[in-house]
Amino acid sequence: MLKFLSQRAIFTILTILIVSAVVFGIFSILPFDPAALTCGQRCTDQIISANRIRLGFDKPIYEQYWLFLSGIFLGRTYGSGSAAFTCPAPSFGYSFNENACVTDMIRESLPITISLAIGALIMWLLVGIGLGIIAAKFKNRWPDTSSSVFVLLATSLPTFVTGLALLIWVTIKWKWVPLSLSGYTSLFENPFKFFQYFILPWITLAIAYAAIYTRFTRAALLETLGEDYIRTARAKGVGERVVFFKHTLRAVLAPIITLAGLDFAGLIGGAIITETIFNLPGLGRLTLRSVYEFDLSVVLATTILAATVVIVMNLIVDLFYAVLDPRVRIT
Amino acid sequence: MTELLRINDLKVSFKTDDGLVHAVDGVSLTVNAGETVAVVGESGSGKTVTSLSVMGLHKKGQAQLSGSISVNDHGTFKDVISLNDEEIRDIRGRAVAMIFQDPMSSLHPFYKIGNQLAEAYLVHNRGKKKEAMVRALEMLELVGIPEPKKRAEEFPHQFSGGMRQRVMIAMALMNSPQMLIADEPTTALDVTVQAQILTLLEKLKKEFNMGILLITHDLGVVAQVADRVNVMYAGRIIEEAPVDDIFYAPLAPYTLGLLKSVPRVTANNDRLKAIPGQPPSLINLPVGCPFAPRCEYKEHSAESGCNTTRPELLGTSATHRARCHIPESLRQELFAKEVKELLA
Amino acid sequence: MSDAILKIENLVKHFPTGKGKRGEKEVVKAVDGISFELKAGETIGLVGESGCGKTTAGRTILKLIEPTSGKIIFEDKDITDYSSSKMRAVRAQMQIIFQDPYSALNPRQTIGKIISAPFEIQGITPTEGTKTAVQNLMARVGLNPEHYNRYPHEFSGGQRQRIGIARAIALKPRFIVADEPVSALDVSIQAQVINLLEDLQQEEKISMIFIAHDLSVVQHISNRVAVMYLGKMMEIAATADLYAKPHHPYTTALLSAVPQPDPRSERTRERIILTGDLPSPINPPSGCVFNTRCWKAQDKCSTDVPQLLQVGGSQVACHFPENI
Repeated sequence: MLKFLSQRAIFTILTILIVSAVVFGIFSILPFDPAALTCGQRCTDQIISANRIRLGFDKPIYEQYWLFLSGIFLGRTYGSGSAAFTCPAPSFGYSFNENACVTDMIRESLPITISLAIGALIMWLLVGIGLGIIAAKFKNRWPDTSSSVFVLLATSLPTFVTGLALLIWVTIKWKWVPLSLSGYTSLFENPFKFFQYFILPWITLAIAYAAIYTRFTRAALLETLGEDYIRTARAKGVGERVVFFKHTLRAVLAPIITLAGLDFAGLIGGAIITETIFNLPGLGRLTLRSVYEFDLSVVLATTILAATVVIVMNLIVDLFYAVLDPRVRIT
Repeated sequence: MTELLRINDLKVSFKTDDGLVHAVDGVSLTVNAGETVAVVGESGSGKTVTSLSVMGLHKKGQAQLSGSISVNDHGTFKDVISLNDEEIRDIRGRAVAMIFQDPMSSLHPFYKIGNQLAEAYLVHNRGKKKEAMVRALEMLELVGIPEPKKRAEEFPHQFSGGMRQRVMIAMALMNSPQMLIADEPTTALDVTVQAQILTLLEKLKKEFNMGILLITHDLGVVAQVADRVNVMYAGRIIEEAPVDDIFYAPLAPYTLGLLKSVPRVTANNDRLKAIPGQPPSLINLPVGCPFAPRCEYKEHSAESGCNTTRPELLGTSATHRARCHIPESLRQELFAKEVKELLA
Repeated sequence: MSDAILKIENLVKHFPTGKGKRGEKEVVKAVDGISFELKAGETIGLVGESGCGKTTAGRTILKLIEPTSGKIIFEDKDITDYSSSKMRAVRAQMQIIFQDPYSALNPRQTIGKIISAPFEIQGITPTEGTKTAVQNLMARVGLNPEHYNRYPHEFSGGQRQRIGIARAIALKPRFIVADEPVSALDVSIQAQVINLLEDLQQEEKISMIFIAHDLSVVQHISNRVAVMYLGKMMEIAATADLYAKPHHPYTTALLSAVPQPDPRSERTRERIILTGDLPSPINPPSGCVFNTRCWKAQDKCSTDVPQLLQVGGSQVACHFPENI
């Protein structure tokens, strides 16, 4: 077990290094001057070259990469003398466009993305698995066919359509959710405002995923119900309810939960479209903006964060699967 | 002899996209305590469908059943076909138990063996968890699993094929059923393991005076353990007889055909006499005897009834009957020579 | 050209499990050193229970699996280390019939295409034309040549197996490995296919390795029988000798376990019931691999590996052979 975990840890670090190097490499071959972006209209060449030195863009690329890496552990100081400033560890760089340390920027957007992801996850699991169970139980009857229609519609509609539709109707036309929200409030400060803030984005995301999970749950349940061990359970006299929940559902939950874990990891990277439509200042929107503005430091940081989350979730999901399915355990 | 099971004129049909499949077309048989009754047939004969019907294990709404299946539940006879869901669940695992062909897929991969065994007991004895575990260990020991305590904490994939089948047998016996249905219990096992399992089943049958309904396609297995035999073809029993009669004095052309086509470990290497053709479709059963297209004795039947009317199950002896239009005495004469050659 | 079309010398196939420390990698010893010869026109039955290595042996001999060590000499050529391109020419002479008629045929191809595939692969056009050749093959194995354009799912198990056989004999190979060709078929169909194989073998003078776990089936079609257990060869004997006078205790136990369609004899015969479970091929017993279940086992059996030695007309690997 220890060996397994240490192997995974090494793999994680390696992947992060490679990912960051690739992003760094892409930016280094892009035909623009990062220093030129550091100031607005009233920019002179003097300021630009001064900034170039301050931010370290004059140094060779591998040195820049090394400074970036060491910054994660040691913090990084920009400039020299009285104009110097420091982004304390863990420092992922400094964003000129925002005039802030990247780490702080992420710290602000992360809770929003996490709230969005967790809420959507809970919603789509409940709806998806629930509908899947109903569809399987009433196979080929009206609950099943209507859930297929739902699945078809939900998978066909892109998030920006669903999101915009909800925004237009629920917020603007029907006014069920107030438009002028005062921005993000955490769950602990004001639960009601929290839910108001997130309810529509949650639904937007959940619809798309719920459809996939409905279909998957239904198929997995139907397949498992045909297995020999279900027949054995019935032959013992086990009642249908127990057959369904203890025997069938248990077998099906393992792959569903692992799938959910991976989907969740992907969301942490940022549900870009949803965040943009609903104006949520999460990681997704942050990344998008930074890509448009060629803000290397931010893009680098969010990419690494996303990669790390995916790898860690992979590990958690693998371990979890072993808990559920004894055949997979490392004995 | 106590009668444990009486199936009377059972008919089972399935609705499929291609039409109505008459899987079982009027089957009657009995099983008494202390005896092993074999139902022999090839795929499509209806033998497995028959066994599943006794436990009411067909998917709801898929199968249409008619006739009666009387199960002896500790003195009271109950007709499985007319029972409701709760009543059927009550007899499953308690009055009648079943073991299946593939023990790997028949055990739940996610639950420990001890847990699965205990469940069989708890279903009929609510809440008695401690008793259930004690009995589970007892049963594991009874079927010859070494270190039962340790193995009860393990999962099915940690057992070998033969061990898994023993576990299935242990599970079937948790509630001391009087009747056991064994559906091809050794087909998926190696021949040396098969010998072990069959010996075990015989021993347990004698010890608990159970009746066993054994479904199989293997004539060797039938010869080894069966007391009486029912040979099925195209959904009907075409011959029923005590085991010796089936092998030494068969009265149905199909039975004889099977005996001739089965490879034997004998001194001579004679060519096998195969039955030509294939079993009929169960959707469009031919008019007349279903075996007629493949029967090599047709010319001996009077009035060529073979292609027009279905023969009834008849015999001069009440215990040995067969379906065939050829007069019984003529059959005995014709088949005797062939059987003699087989056993030489 | 010697009498033997195939010579197998100490063939070994180990599969790594991926576990184990460096230098002590865990392996599954599927085939652990078997040797035998196959004469031209002869059928040798390769029998054993699950895990004995017979299927692996069959595939390794055809080089469908690369051997770990040992020698495969086919028609006096050492093909052990032949690359796949070199093997291509040889493969026209060695074919396989698979066990499962349901998965051995590509469901998306017509049987005409399936049976003509060998011609295509070897780049051969038969003199009578491919289609005619295929239809002749179909008739040969008892299929209706007009069904040339049908798909596998339209045929029964027995018919599909015939398709597999037609495919195997298309190139007129000198050697065929039949891997449990009748195990998945009903009894009455088994007999048909066994008879077909016997006929073809006699007419075309094909040498065959017939792999099976059913001893009764093997007896009908084989000239000699080789018994395997846990990757090793236990006994090789002429069919009649093996069944009448088995020398190896395992053979005796196997034969004793096979139920025969003869109730009186079944009631009276003495059965040897082997105790215990089959050991794991990852960790086979030391010395004679059968010693843990053998009723005759003595100290020598767990320390010395018995060699395959001549005992009368048979070869036996046992320190205390029976029926001498």
